[in-house]
Amino acid sequence: MRKSASFLVAGSALLGAVEAARANDFAAVERGRYLTQAGNCQGCHTPAGEEPFAGSRPLETPFGVIYTPNITFDTETGLGRWTKDDFWRAMHEGKAKDGSQLYPAFPYPHFTKMPREDVDAIYAYLATLEPVRKKRPENELPFPLNWRFTVKGWNMTFFEPGVFRPDPEKSQAWNRGAYLVEGPGHCSGCHTEKNLLGADKKGRHLAGGRLENWSAPDIRAGRHGGLEKWSEEEIVEFLRTGRNAHSAAFSIMSEVISYSTQHMAEADLKAIATYLKDLTGEERAAPRKPADAVMTAGAAIYLDNCTACHVSDGSGVPRFFPPLAGSGKVNNPDPTTVIRVLLEGARAVPTKTHPSPLTMPAFGWKLDDDEIAAVATYVRSSWGNSGGAVEADEVRKLRGLLAEGPP
Amino acid sequence: MAKKLPPVDVVLVGFGWTGAIMAQELTEAGLQVLALERGGWRDTPTHFPTTVAPDELRFYWRHEMFQDTARETLTFRNNDSQTALPMRRWGSFLPGSGVGGSGVHWNGQTFRFLPSDFVAASHNTDRYGPLPEGMTVQDYGVTYDELETHFDRFEKLCGIGGKAGNLRGALQAGGNPFEGRRSDDYPNPPMEMTFAQKQFGMAARELGLNPFPAPSANMSRPYTNPLGVQLAPCTYCGFCEKYGCGNYSKAIPQTTILPVLMGKHNFTLKTHNEVLEITRDSSGRRATGVTHVDVHGEVFEQPAEIVILCAYPLQNARLMMLSGIGRTYDPRSGEGLVGKNYCYQVVSSVDVFYEDRYTNQFVGAGALGMVIDEYNGDNFDHAGLGFIGGGYLACWTTNARPIETHRTPEGTPEWGAGWKKAVKENFLKSTGVSTHGASMAYAQNRLDLDPTYTDVYGRPLLRMTYDFTPNDRAMTAYLTERATEIAKRMGGREIKVNAREGAYDSMPYQTTHNTGGTIMGSTPANSVVNRYLQSWDVPNLFVMGAGVFPQNAGYNPTGTVAALTYWAAEAIKSRYLPDPGPMVRA
Repeated sequence: MRKSASFLVAGSALLGAVEAARANDFAAVERGRYLTQAGNCQGCHTPAGEEPFAGSRPLETPFGVIYTPNITFDTETGLGRWTKDDFWRAMHEGKAKDGSQLYPAFPYPHFTKMPREDVDAIYAYLATLEPVRKKRPENELPFPLNWRFTVKGWNMTFFEPGVFRPDPEKSQAWNRGAYLVEGPGHCSGCHTEKNLLGADKKGRHLAGGRLENWSAPDIRAGRHGGLEKWSEEEIVEFLRTGRNAHSAAFSIMSEVISYSTQHMAEADLKAIATYLKDLTGEERAAPRKPADAVMTAGAAIYLDNCTACHVSDGSGVPRFFPPLAGSGKVNNPDPTTVIRVLLEGARAVPTKTHPSPLTMPAFGWKLDDDEIAAVATYVRSSWGNSGGAVEADEVRKLRGLLAEGPP
Repeated sequence: MAKKLPPVDVVLVGFGWTGAIMAQELTEAGLQVLALERGGWRDTPTHFPTTVAPDELRFYWRHEMFQDTARETLTFRNNDSQTALPMRRWGSFLPGSGVGGSGVHWNGQTFRFLPSDFVAASHNTDRYGPLPEGMTVQDYGVTYDELETHFDRFEKLCGIGGKAGNLRGALQAGGNPFEGRRSDDYPNPPMEMTFAQKQFGMAARELGLNPFPAPSANMSRPYTNPLGVQLAPCTYCGFCEKYGCGNYSKAIPQTTILPVLMGKHNFTLKTHNEVLEITRDSSGRRATGVTHVDVHGEVFEQPAEIVILCAYPLQNARLMMLSGIGRTYDPRSGEGLVGKNYCYQVVSSVDVFYEDRYTNQFVGAGALGMVIDEYNGDNFDHAGLGFIGGGYLACWTTNARPIETHRTPEGTPEWGAGWKKAVKENFLKSTGVSTHGASMAYAQNRLDLDPTYTDVYGRPLLRMTYDFTPNDRAMTAYLTERATEIAKRMGGREIKVNAREGAYDSMPYQTTHNTGGTIMGSTPANSVVNRYLQSWDVPNLFVMGAGVFPQNAGYNPTGTVAALTYWAAEAIKSRYLPDPGPMVRA
């Protein structure tokens, strides 16, 4: 009797330990889920309509196509054999399990800012996903980039591993925002111009970038920044709902909002806004005034084709059809996005708050290069806008690139 | 041998307004819902963006939005002495096809029927004595008061713009003083009126009438509905009826429900799948599901706990007949109910031509109009008039499309240089007053299966036997006289009366307001479905749509169709699901 009683006691103690471990697991998994979302891991690691996190999405880089890996825990094709330490090394140092270099299309220069407990939490979360067996295709990179050790040299020049260090001079919210933007959020992946080697250009941090034939706008929100006119509340609204009084998200930012920011805690979105509002920009010289004839043609094309939604004075219908007056996308010195939206149309991201995928139709079949250039010039030079003229050649070139299509 | 598919809780036959509402309501209740639509998927940016929406040739003349008559149509005759022939080109009415149904190409005129319309038989009998010989008008079995909150829900779903006339019992200046008591105002203000409506309003007031802005599903301002779905302000481009709206400005299933519904895990839509038959068990009292055929000709058996017909009224009636549910109505014996009380709408108009005032009717919208309701329903004394019911009179500015619109004064040649000159002179300087009359049921007007003609699958076509009735003729003559009185006072140079005379002609467009055939009522002896739109014969079968109207009122039907759908959905959720079986004991 005594024997079995002591066994019972021991047994319940053991059970308690397991329960505690589970509770800890739950907290870690939940933290990991949140961070996985905050980092929008799903975006790059999922081709449209396929199994989440199982990879094989082609990323178009200026150097060639890189296919994202499977980050479910399948033992053959995913992270099934990776330890927590392996995962930490990948996130912190950009190294694969076998020690080979990962290409910096994987944003480890940002993820390196994440502390060990955050990285472990992501590992814990990914481990809970249903493993998917899915082998990715070979990358399409030219020699010598297909040799992974070439990344070593890149790392020596552009990469410095190190966890985010809060700035004691700044508020807690600012520091949280800086961590989210520069760490898991890896905003500069799109929003910072790259140098010839694909690293962020010095002095251009978050001041606008270009990728996959889109121009990502300047998201510095202090004086002279691209989002100077956006209040903190408006930045939060945009990230939470995909729309605000100034703009609507489409293309790549759609994924970020859809998978990531709309699910984030309000306090974190506020922190991001606090940080961005503190980033000032540089004053831009006024662009050359477009020719009168082009403006006249552009105004006529605008009246016929655009006013039904964007209204004759460019004021749009806020949160339905974005205003063009004062728009960061319209005023971007790089007109790629404006031209592309005119050619292909664009779909505002449907979100939990705004489920309607309000969509602008394509005009590429209807307007020729000169007409697209004229109307783009008109909207970039009217109602206080100062984006500058667009040339027909720029339209022709982008049409060509788009016709080649994604890989 | 049909391939048997996994069962679902609910199968919806057809996916327009009633299908979308039903799907939204029943998925919220946690049911697994499948909608089968024989047409294709349609959405705003893909199928009718601003860049292609206003294409008259494509959408109106070539009927891109409408049911394909080469696959299936109906046969028509005015009376039993004639042989019905297939309608090879739509004319008088335009049934839609594809996701959103006719709800994609409607105008958006969104009325509530009058309280007395729901009790037309008892109300008129009480006031004027027995109904005339051959008139088969009856009460709906549901009252306005029971439907009130459901009307309200639909108006809020759609962002209807209007002016309340009776708010919680208090009459409101500028609204319709005859409307039933409303629990709430319209969610949006009325649309901006044009010169023509102002002239109509002035003339009507001179005559002591009470003009009010038409309730409109074209947005008077940006609107986000209770589901979070967004509708943008109308641009008054004048391409509503017969067209999809490119600007998200007209309430259609795609701009009100589908963005939310399509993302639900318990909802599935199969397009290009036509339902062939409602299947039943050996007792015949229980529907087991439906059979349907895809574009490759493969036939499937889809088991379901509940079958809901959400197709166009003519299709719902035909599917009941093809499935052998209930007896098809025979006017000689008076036996049978399916196909009974087919009704329509009786419309006429009076044109007004101005000498030097521009009406600029191309600045229009489907539900942009001023209306008077003094001559609708039983809002006036019918003693000695020889008819019951009535209709509203309105001055609409829906459009002036170059191919379709050519109003010309009396005496204009029908073709050639004289006609062209008159079209040119009057295109920008004309308007009109239209009458929109009720259609009372008569014994001889009906739907049944055609003995000769078949569809692409070899099944009999629906046969329509319909002509205007003595009630219709007396009513439209009266309404046209009233419209003339107003038109004369609108300050024009001249008017032209387009009375509705002679036999019903199925070719010139009138309205797509076909009603009856699967009527609702109080007992299995007078109706196909009970007050909850539940089949008396097969209690797990429900029939939505204007087919349940025992007779048609003097309004556009969509508001009432939608209110009845919400009413039925509520009954299914709160009464049928806890206790499946007949909700009204016969």
